[in-house]
Amino acid sequence: MNRDELRAIILEELSAIAPDIDTDTLNDQARLRDEYDLDSMDALNLLTALHKRLAVNIPEADYARMHSLSQLLDYLEPRLAR
Amino acid sequence: MSDFLMPSLGADMEAGTLIEWQVQPGDRVEKGQVIAVVETAKGAIDVEVFESGVVEELYVGPDTKVPVGTPLARIGSGEHVVTERPEKEPEPETEPEPETEPKVEAEPSPVRKVPQAPVRTGEAAQSRASPAARRRARELGIDLAGLTGTGPDGAIVLKDIEGTASAEAKPARPAAGFDRDEMRKAIAAAMMRSKREIPHYYLATTVDLHTAETWMEDYNRDQPPESRLLIAALFMKATARALERYPDLNGHYTEAGFIPSEQINLGIAIHLRAGGLVAPAVLDAESLSLPELMLRLQDLVKRARSRGLRASEIGGATATVTALGDRGVDTVFGVIHPPQVAMIGFGRVRRRPLVVGDALAIRPAVDITLAADHRVCDGHMGAQFLNEIDIQLQQPEAL
Repeated sequence: MNRDELRAIILEELSAIAPDIDTDTLNDQARLRDEYDLDSMDALNLLTALHKRLAVNIPEADYARMHSLSQLLDYLEPRLAR
Repeated sequence: MSDFLMPSLGADMEAGTLIEWQVQPGDRVEKGQVIAVVETAKGAIDVEVFESGVVEELYVGPDTKVPVGTPLARIGSGEHVVTERPEKEPEPETEPEPETEPKVEAEPSPVRKVPQAPVRTGEAAQSRASPAARRRARELGIDLAGLTGTGPDGAIVLKDIEGTASAEAKPARPAAGFDRDEMRKAIAAAMMRSKREIPHYYLATTVDLHTAETWMEDYNRDQPPESRLLIAALFMKATARALERYPDLNGHYTEAGFIPSEQINLGIAIHLRAGGLVAPAVLDAESLSLPELMLRLQDLVKRARSRGLRASEIGGATATVTALGDRGVDTVFGVIHPPQVAMIGFGRVRRRPLVVGDALAIRPAVDITLAADHRVCDGHMGAQFLNEIDIQLQQPEAL
């Protein structure tokens, strides 16, 4: 799976949680919590959805490394390539 | 035998619109079963029946707006079932000869209006459409009156709605299931009543969350995301425990005065992304384990945002928690939702300098507040209550 495909999957799951976010114009560098008003419940739901879909378990200790979409991609990409 | 009434889903609700029956006359129903969907300012709510029995008669048809307390159906032993639907759809094939009828077009078009019984609202009430189609049309903001049905007798069915939705270039994002202006009005009415009638007093305390967070991190380490806890679950459970000990903060203030509640139905204020706020209750919160409570919270948030809350959850809270923590404020002083008598606020969890023993330590901490009704209790008790929440949070393994 390449980065674009992964990005599309994340955006799809994000849309399901926060349908009001316009994923076409989403800024990959923006902090999801501040810029798109994702709270801790939304974030957990997103990780749960990604866990189910991609079978990648993101431990809580790594949350701090994933504030933006691009950071989330950086984190997931090498883990999926294996 | 009794009547199933339009429920009051909060002090601010005067009327509701029955959208859909999920039962037919003659159906056996069990206490707690969802039998109808009602549209309110808070969105579409699933309404449960409060006794077991047989649906004998439906008094009110879909898309009818009636005041709170209006009988909607009769639940009885099943001896007197009236199968006639209150909202008789026009039945062109079997209609009597025109001379006995008022002037009605014989064309079985779903958009045709026919003379109808009174108390109806909206165009959609008079179109023939399946419940699923009505629901979807509401979600998409499509007016049924403008559609041509492909179902039996020209009824509008789900695929007609979906067809319309995809035909439009890019349909507006589905409405979150509520009318924003109506919700604003409902919140305004409840909050005005609160500030007019309830003499609030406010207290705040800062609680060290080192123990609670450490415990939760340990717990979450081996859990997949779907089983992890959020600190909000610990806040809710600690609050429910404290309410158990201080019953003067848990219940409803009515014309007869304060009536404490034996059940602890803890409301949680949920911000809806499209704007607005609902505060459904976690029923019997003190009896749930933390993982159970966490699942209930997730489920409530999901259903609050996608529509699908139940009447007992919407009207049933005996005290409410507001946790604005993620929104980046340290302290939130709530406004009590009448007829409740307490609102407990949790601010942002933030690392800050705290005195621990004889030294200064950097600890995660939260400001917990209480807004309480001075008619029912005094600040002394309120302070004990907040301290009890603190004590509970210092022993997370016991929550």
